[in-house]
Amino acid sequence: MLQSNVCSYDCRYCVNRRSNQTRRASFTPRELADLTMQFYRRNYIEGLFLSSAVSGTPDNACEQMLETLGILRREYGFVGYIHAKAIPGADDRLLQRLGLLADRVSVNIELPSQQSLGLLAPDKTRQSILGPMGRLAEGIAENKTDLVRYRGAPKFAPAGQSTQMIIGATPDTDYQILNLTAGLYKKYQLKRVFFSAYLPVVEDSRLPALDTAPPLLREHRLYQADWLLRFYGFEASELLDEDQPNFNPLLDPKCCWALRHMDQFPTEINRAPYETLLRIPGVGVRSARRILTARRSGSLDFKDLKKLGVVLKRAQYFITCRGRRAPGAAAEPGPALEALLSQRARESLAENSCRQLSLFDQPERFTREDVRQCITGQI
Amino acid sequence: MYHRSDIVYLYDGGFQGFLCCVFQAFVQKENPQMILPQDEAQALLFETRHIETRPEQAERVWAAVPAKLGPEAPELTQCAFLSDLPDKELLLLEFLRQGFAQGPAVMQGLAREPLRSLWQAAQRAKHEAHLFTGFVRFSDCGGALTAVIHPKNQVLPLLADHFCQRFNAETFMIYDKTHQMALTHRPGQARIIPLEEAELPGPGQEERQIRALWRRFYQTLSIQGRETPRARQGHMPLRYWGDMTEFQRESPLVAPALPEDPLAPPQKPADL
Repeated sequence: MLQSNVCSYDCRYCVNRRSNQTRRASFTPRELADLTMQFYRRNYIEGLFLSSAVSGTPDNACEQMLETLGILRREYGFVGYIHAKAIPGADDRLLQRLGLLADRVSVNIELPSQQSLGLLAPDKTRQSILGPMGRLAEGIAENKTDLVRYRGAPKFAPAGQSTQMIIGATPDTDYQILNLTAGLYKKYQLKRVFFSAYLPVVEDSRLPALDTAPPLLREHRLYQADWLLRFYGFEASELLDEDQPNFNPLLDPKCCWALRHMDQFPTEINRAPYETLLRIPGVGVRSARRILTARRSGSLDFKDLKKLGVVLKRAQYFITCRGRRAPGAAAEPGPALEALLSQRARESLAENSCRQLSLFDQPERFTREDVRQCITGQI
Repeated sequence: MYHRSDIVYLYDGGFQGFLCCVFQAFVQKENPQMILPQDEAQALLFETRHIETRPEQAERVWAAVPAKLGPEAPELTQCAFLSDLPDKELLLLEFLRQGFAQGPAVMQGLAREPLRSLWQAAQRAKHEAHLFTGFVRFSDCGGALTAVIHPKNQVLPLLADHFCQRFNAETFMIYDKTHQMALTHRPGQARIIPLEEAELPGPGQEERQIRALWRRFYQTLSIQGRETPRARQGHMPLRYWGDMTEFQRESPLVAPALPEDPLAPPQKPADL
């Protein structure tokens, strides 16, 4: 929910920027609090995600949000989830109060690099974004020790902080984005980094054209990699590097990594430790845990794995059960790769080989050459 | 091994009743062909026996489950019992037999029957309950909140804690039309009762207005360039849409008169 869309900033990508002609409206804090309560008690909503345009000064915008949250929490006794956006440039004391009322606070990093920020969001600087993020991280860490020491200490953003960035509006590579993401998790202990594929809403020479499709597949690949960072024990440098700065559209990051490291496979399902199980394509956090539990009461075979939720279609090329490989699964990367491609990629390949000499070759179609490069690692 | 196995048990359909069937099967050394709720019994080939629900017998079985099978077994047993798995009673009986003989090790054979079927069924029931924590849509009827749902599994016992905590100061009712049960709550008191028909009053003026606002909000929020209908159906299967405000169109009917007290339960309470 936006408290207001009356904005004094002029970020190029935003529909509510100062120079755009659009209808403007603001909620009074009371209206917004009433509406939230009515929706919450009907179970329409889990909680409130409150953000605001910078109406007037950042402090002013933040105070309006604080008043809404104050009415909800103190007057109406609202115990639902509240996610508040910190307004870059607002006073530190206001940020502190926001953290005490909301479950989660987030500062949008907006764009992956300083240059992009300077180009598209001239009113925001790297400092005005990372500054509050750092202070929030300090506040949250401090509050954790306080809560241990004093039982009644007020909770400060108990659900942590997150951030969001726009993908595809600027020429930054996946490698830069992923490195930034890993850095944010390490330095600021963020709970999540959200990626948002750029959807053109305004015409601007500095932005992709209005008819550009949002890079949804790229966003998807970034999320897959984000999961690998957070739950699968991967490092950003294992997934991408300078020679190969972007994700492969044909294969997910984990399969890509596995195909380039065939020397580390096959993994014996009945022996391998949890960390190694997690690195097998087709095995997730849940199925890896289930394997650990199930193999305690007897050794596992391929059909047992299927029952445990392992995706054998992908996993069969990378595992052995009781020392044996899956019937019909070749150990070479070539056939494995062929089988790992998605249906769509394969159809596109088939079509392409039939129409090799077509004059109107569509650039987004994949070729045999692309596939071979999956293994060698250059695309 | 068993004295006889050509018999069918009939019980009252509740969880306690089922535990009594387990008790009887052990005491009489019987391996029943079927265990059925009374109202599902048709003309059967086998001899039937009605198993009476005795709380003290159920209590004894229930105490033995965590003691013999480990701390995770009670939840599994309960959730699998609430699921829509066919012949869940027999599978549960077999599972408990194995557990009482082998101890906690039985919980680890996730790839073996009957644990696999039971475990999957329990997952299904828990998953559906989880979905309903988000999909139940209440309407305000003169201060009390009412909702109707059509779940596959008996989710009300799994939903009770969540909603009683969330709306602890509200009076509300969730009516499970598939199983004809209702969860009713007044501050400090929650019950699950069998209820054949719930006559709910139509929406008032304010209620209609809020529903319209919600539909508007829901539609405004969606971004056309990012719509993925299949992903949405995966997260929010179509069969739940019928009971959800955002997909309903307001009927122009005049609201019928309010009954005296929509929450007054005429029947006796069933066990949780």
